[in-house]
Amino acid sequence: MSSKLNKFILSAAALSSSGAAFAGNGAVADEFKWMTFTVFGVIIAITMAITFWAARTTHSTSEFYAAGRSVSGIQNGWAIAGDYLSAASFLGIAGLISLYGYDGFMYSVGWLVAYITVLLVIAEPCRNIGKYTMGDILAFRNDPKKTKTVAALSTITVSTFYLTAQMVGGGVLIKTLIGIDYEISVIGVGILMLAYVVFGGMKATTWVQITKAVLLVTASIILVILVWSPYGFSLPDYLQAVVSDPDVQKQVTKLLGDKATTMTPEELGQRFLEPGLFLKNPIDQISLGMALVLGTAGMPHILMRFFTVPTAQAARTSVIWAMGIIGGFYVLTLFLGTGAAMLVGSEKIASVDAGGNMAGPLLAQFLGGGENSMLGNFFLAFVAAVAFATIVAVVAGLVLAAASAMAHDIYVGVIRGDKATPKEQVVAARVASVIVGIIAITVGILAKGQNVAHLVALAFAVAASSNLPAVFLTLYWKKCNTTGIILGMVVGSLTAIGLVMVSPNMSYPKAIIASANKVLNGEPAQPAKEAQPAIQASSFACELFALEGCVASKPAQAASAEKPAKLGAAEKLTKLNEKVTTLEASIPTLSADVAALEKAQADLAKAKKDIAATEKARAKAEDDLKKFEGETTSIMGLEKPFFLLKNPGLISIPLGFLLVILGSMFTRDKRAEEMWDELYVRQNTGINAEAASAH
Amino acid sequence: MSNPNINWAAIDTNPKFQALHRKKTVFLWGLMIFSVIYYFMLPIGAAYYQDLFKTKVWGVINVGILFALSEFVVAWTIAFVYSRKANAEFDAMAQEIINDVNNGSIR
Repeated sequence: MSSKLNKFILSAAALSSSGAAFAGNGAVADEFKWMTFTVFGVIIAITMAITFWAARTTHSTSEFYAAGRSVSGIQNGWAIAGDYLSAASFLGIAGLISLYGYDGFMYSVGWLVAYITVLLVIAEPCRNIGKYTMGDILAFRNDPKKTKTVAALSTITVSTFYLTAQMVGGGVLIKTLIGIDYEISVIGVGILMLAYVVFGGMKATTWVQITKAVLLVTASIILVILVWSPYGFSLPDYLQAVVSDPDVQKQVTKLLGDKATTMTPEELGQRFLEPGLFLKNPIDQISLGMALVLGTAGMPHILMRFFTVPTAQAARTSVIWAMGIIGGFYVLTLFLGTGAAMLVGSEKIASVDAGGNMAGPLLAQFLGGGENSMLGNFFLAFVAAVAFATIVAVVAGLVLAAASAMAHDIYVGVIRGDKATPKEQVVAARVASVIVGIIAITVGILAKGQNVAHLVALAFAVAASSNLPAVFLTLYWKKCNTTGIILGMVVGSLTAIGLVMVSPNMSYPKAIIASANKVLNGEPAQPAKEAQPAIQASSFACELFALEGCVASKPAQAASAEKPAKLGAAEKLTKLNEKVTTLEASIPTLSADVAALEKAQADLAKAKKDIAATEKARAKAEDDLKKFEGETTSIMGLEKPFFLLKNPGLISIPLGFLLVILGSMFTRDKRAEEMWDELYVRQNTGINAEAASAH
Repeated sequence: MSNPNINWAAIDTNPKFQALHRKKTVFLWGLMIFSVIYYFMLPIGAAYYQDLFKTKVWGVINVGILFALSEFVVAWTIAFVYSRKANAEFDAMAQEIINDVNNGSIR
């Protein structure tokens, strides 16, 4: 279960575990690679043209950080959608649906609902109060140097977590698709992204996002039309076909294991449209939901988008458009995911990438005519190129957010005391972008093959536990002050990070070694088990922590039949190889009997596939054993997780809010209270808001 | 555009601003609380009311799928309702306050 949950948020990160198996080549066959590179080249050329055009009007700080506040509401809506439809949600959610059906779709809902918080409480006030960064908002009525320092540290932390996940995911994605080496991919993404940011600033980043979002949505609509039209665009007919599909039924059988034996094929298919195949812990889901719903509004690269529009009204329009595009996209994903499950088959999707990230690209290839067709590979190349553009653009947005915190908050605000000349500020912004970009490339390369699944979850959790409580309370609560903000942000983010460090997200050598040994040495036979009732955890705290004397909760277990012993990898391979030899020898003798010949050939193909799979599993197990040899504890010195949820939000978010409140209640800050009237009037009326720069 | 001599306290205590503040607070909190409750009903329902979620209502389409789709519709509706209210009412109220500040009736 832990390995499955590892693919939870991330998607992008899940690629890291499976990418190694795909070394050398990629999903695109060699003879079609030229096409992929052509499409890549065209998309890169378009984005470079945008950057060149944007660079001509990017001179001042306002132009560099906020595109001169000249982005329209609709444009910004598309750009927000572009920022949000990162590789994680675009490839990952389609993948989850293709492997787990309903749960994948349910998982996508939180990502949209998150924008209600952005719309109702964050977008307009931030536009009216802020200038370039979250630090500006927090510094408005608090001690500027202290709050800007904390805000910048938090921004850089969140951006770096998210950035690392994107870089690692991107590197592996490109390798899986077209076989370019991981390091070269990471450096390529880094250099392209730096070109957008350094020369074109926010304007280039925005227009690259818009271009990419339009391409992504267009491609998805075309694929959905191709998937859905054979059923006359009827939802029940389409889903009936999904439920009746043998591949889908097979996938459910695989997921359910023993429980599937008593179910009819229709029941198995129907199960794909029912909850519970992937998300098994409701408390963890609520914790994740909290991090999404409150964290999105605290993500620095999303917050920053609201400084690019001319007015609060335009900020409002942009969220509405973003919600329309993002929500519409997730509805399309339902068809992409189920379509891939039905047409490509979950087994094939998982064999290319265990997290399901290749579902969308493989579906595109199938719909274009399959692996060996020109059009199929063109479709695949197009989706791959859009995925690549997605990663570059999202990373660019994150680098810009981190660089603005470094240059505008730390350098200009804290070190120079807001006395830097306009020219100095722009230079600082560009230098900071290069620094952050180099850090991103370095971290991306260093993190190769690392377990980065927890980083996306962590970025949202820190944003929700640290940034959001501070921004929200300084905007809406008169008594909120510097002490509260610093206390809340520091404790909120450290709690989130600390809990993830001891959570099931980390690698625990004991469990990994045990499962690797199972693969290598086989498992003993297991006697039949009687049905077990569900066990309730002995208290709520026991649901969250592995405390002493706790009884952990367990779902009810159905009765299971006796299980025979499983062979170790070496024995299994010997057996399979013997089978292959026998079959190969028998085939020439069968030429007269067509039916028998066909069966023998099918068996042979299956045995060869099994050999490949077993060898892959053995290589991975041996790798794991080598990697964790002699270790018994995680990097935190734990044998097994202490915190039982994958997502720390349930604890760290309320704690973040509580400490901002307590810190503010027990200290007095005259300036914070005196400035309240101004802040509150300004955020509601837009008087004295930063104006759009005239061109 | 920037005017350092604005008396923020006077605007804050002005009845027009107070009315805007009251209306916005009630409306925004109402929508926010509704949307949070509606959202968390989905994971809770999927975990604890599985029989209901599995009930087929339209061909193979079950309550769970309809409920998940309804989350999208509800999110869009909230966005639509808020933007209509804000465009029609809050913006006009804010503009009136800005006009009053600019022509000197609030100082």
